[in-house]
Amino acid sequence: MKDEPAGPHCAINAGDGALIQLGHGGGGSLMRDLIGKIIAPAMDQASLDIESDGAAVSLGGPAAFTTDSYVVSPLFFPGGDIGSLAVNGTVNDLAMCAAEPSYLSVSFIIEEGLSIETLKRVAQSIGAAAKTAGARIATGDTKVVERGKGDGLYINTAGVGSVKAPFAPGPSRLRPGDAIILSGDIGRHGVAVMASRAELDFTPPIRSDCAPLWDQVRALIDAGVELHCLRDLTRGGLAAALVEIAQSAGCEIAVDEPEIAVSEQISSACELLGLDPIHVANEGRFIAVVPAEHADLAVATLGSASAGQARRIGETTPAHQGGRALIRSAYGVKRQIRTPKGEQLPRIC
Amino acid sequence: MRYVDEFRAVDSVQRLAEEIRKTTIQHWSVMEVCGGQTHAIMRYGLQELLPEEITLLHGPGCPVCVTPQSYIDKAIEIALLPDVVFCTFGDMLRVPSGDSDLAQAKARGGDVRVVYSPVDAVEVARVNPDKDVVFFAVGFETTAPANALAVRRAKDEGLTNFSLLVSQVLVPPALLALLSQPDCRIDAFLAAGHVCAVAGLDAYHAIAEKHHTPIVATGFEPADILRGVLHAVRQLEAGEAFVENSYERAVAQQGNKTAQALMMEIFEIAPKEWRGMGVIPASGLALNAAHADFDAERRFGAIGAAPRRDCGCISGAILQGVKRPPDCPRFATSCTPDNPIGVTMASMEGACSAYYQYREGGSGHER
Repeated sequence: MKDEPAGPHCAINAGDGALIQLGHGGGGSLMRDLIGKIIAPAMDQASLDIESDGAAVSLGGPAAFTTDSYVVSPLFFPGGDIGSLAVNGTVNDLAMCAAEPSYLSVSFIIEEGLSIETLKRVAQSIGAAAKTAGARIATGDTKVVERGKGDGLYINTAGVGSVKAPFAPGPSRLRPGDAIILSGDIGRHGVAVMASRAELDFTPPIRSDCAPLWDQVRALIDAGVELHCLRDLTRGGLAAALVEIAQSAGCEIAVDEPEIAVSEQISSACELLGLDPIHVANEGRFIAVVPAEHADLAVATLGSASAGQARRIGETTPAHQGGRALIRSAYGVKRQIRTPKGEQLPRIC
Repeated sequence: MRYVDEFRAVDSVQRLAEEIRKTTIQHWSVMEVCGGQTHAIMRYGLQELLPEEITLLHGPGCPVCVTPQSYIDKAIEIALLPDVVFCTFGDMLRVPSGDSDLAQAKARGGDVRVVYSPVDAVEVARVNPDKDVVFFAVGFETTAPANALAVRRAKDEGLTNFSLLVSQVLVPPALLALLSQPDCRIDAFLAAGHVCAVAGLDAYHAIAEKHHTPIVATGFEPADILRGVLHAVRQLEAGEAFVENSYERAVAQQGNKTAQALMMEIFEIAPKEWRGMGVIPASGLALNAAHADFDAERRFGAIGAAPRRDCGCISGAILQGVKRPPDCPRFATSCTPDNPIGVTMASMEGACSAYYQYREGGSGHER
């Protein structure tokens, strides 16, 4: 964050109804005040040095590095908001590399006219989520775009962390007969966001599962579970994760539909919206591919790491050209899992 | 989930499958009319549970699929006009017409919005008095009452900036048209349960009698569908052909009188073009004279004939149950949900899309 020459400037107006103006991204005193008096205090990060262009950090040993951008609409939804999502999404990408999240950057792209109070709430959420995840926000940036050129607020975060497993997990490590472990019930985030977007009121409200996953991954590492592959179930849900892993590894994955936990509320909502829960996004669930002999240990470990409902849902089978994922129904019939083209759309009737 | 779980329960599904195996002696082709049923059959692999004497044919009951190309062209044309908000159910976005679709019209700047209910489109009209709001009213007897309700609301509120682009179709005339084809190989119909819930069963008796074809009102869950098949096969093996209600929890003989009255308050019966099947007499709905002001064709010009585009797609034959998706050389090769050549692949409830999504391997090999 650029240093500015000292000088007199107006105190920022952050009272009720104060709005972001183009000048808040202009590099002058308005921006300096926005960062120094609103964003940084709200995030409450001791490590954040707003006077420097970047942060100097140190990591011992192999490190993972990732970035992601967040454009969720609405900005606030039951169980989370764009701030907690921006932290947990990046923290979880690190966790899927078996890396302990250490440092994050946060960049805001703000639309002119956003209320400063909203920005403050998001910044507070970012600070709180980072603390929960054990990551420190080390640097950041703020830009403002004209009204109509953004959807209120976009956030980019990047993160670095130290790899804590003996080797980095990835699809190339899959072996025939490996067990697929699913960390919990699926579908919460996508349905929560879709319900708030469409103003569908479920009672009680469906809450996103947005949460950091590092503690669960670390528990698996500490318990001695060999992690062949980890994948968080974000866009495209469980289906996309299984298909991607199978295709990257050039193997076949088969899972049992009755073993996949879906809450009563989510399955009802999916029924109503015409969605298959395996395609719905999550922000606090992952799959771990582990040697079959480690499957029970992995399930027990995830159970006690408070994920709940962790289950072995299937296994890898010998190589299949091109790779594919199959799902076995309760009736014993197998079908191939496909990933949907893009955005999920409600059915017509 | 009540009313769902018990109709997916493994023991009842297996018991029904066993009952069907015991009942079946001869070869029979049974057509499920509705795309939702096709979807469930593929989703749950129900064909695998049936004896090989029974072939399931997939019918024309996908509202997206049977909407003719000329309507898609018109929808795109209207959506690209300035000061128009074009509201639609999500399924219509990806239906291809030539090299375009509504999703591309949106990307090119058209104000295309996905709504969950036609009444939401009325709300869009209310809050945008300076815009012309058009709702794409497609579907069978199931969507017609809600579309009628939207028009009634707009009229009651005095909204003059709301209209419907109407492509409403009726199921019984289509079944009659299918049975009248010279190459028809349909032995029995599983009628679309939700259409029957609205329209009742009266219209089917004459069809069952005239063509000596069992018509069984059937639901959408695995046990519902197998029960429908069982009832159809029992009739076929006994040489009988009558209208039977296998979906008693939703369908009453007379249907939903309130919904029917609402439909006929706003619409009138009209001849209608079906994709792949041509014009079928008295098989559609059009806004009646008292509600002609809400007709988008009146505001934006009548729908013309679509230019003939021979893309080699066999969706017309698929919608009539004459061919199956794997019969098409393009199925799952050059035609996929990512790049649909035809509407039965583009629509989530189209037979090609259901085969592609759910068949093991997706390579199209029949058992």
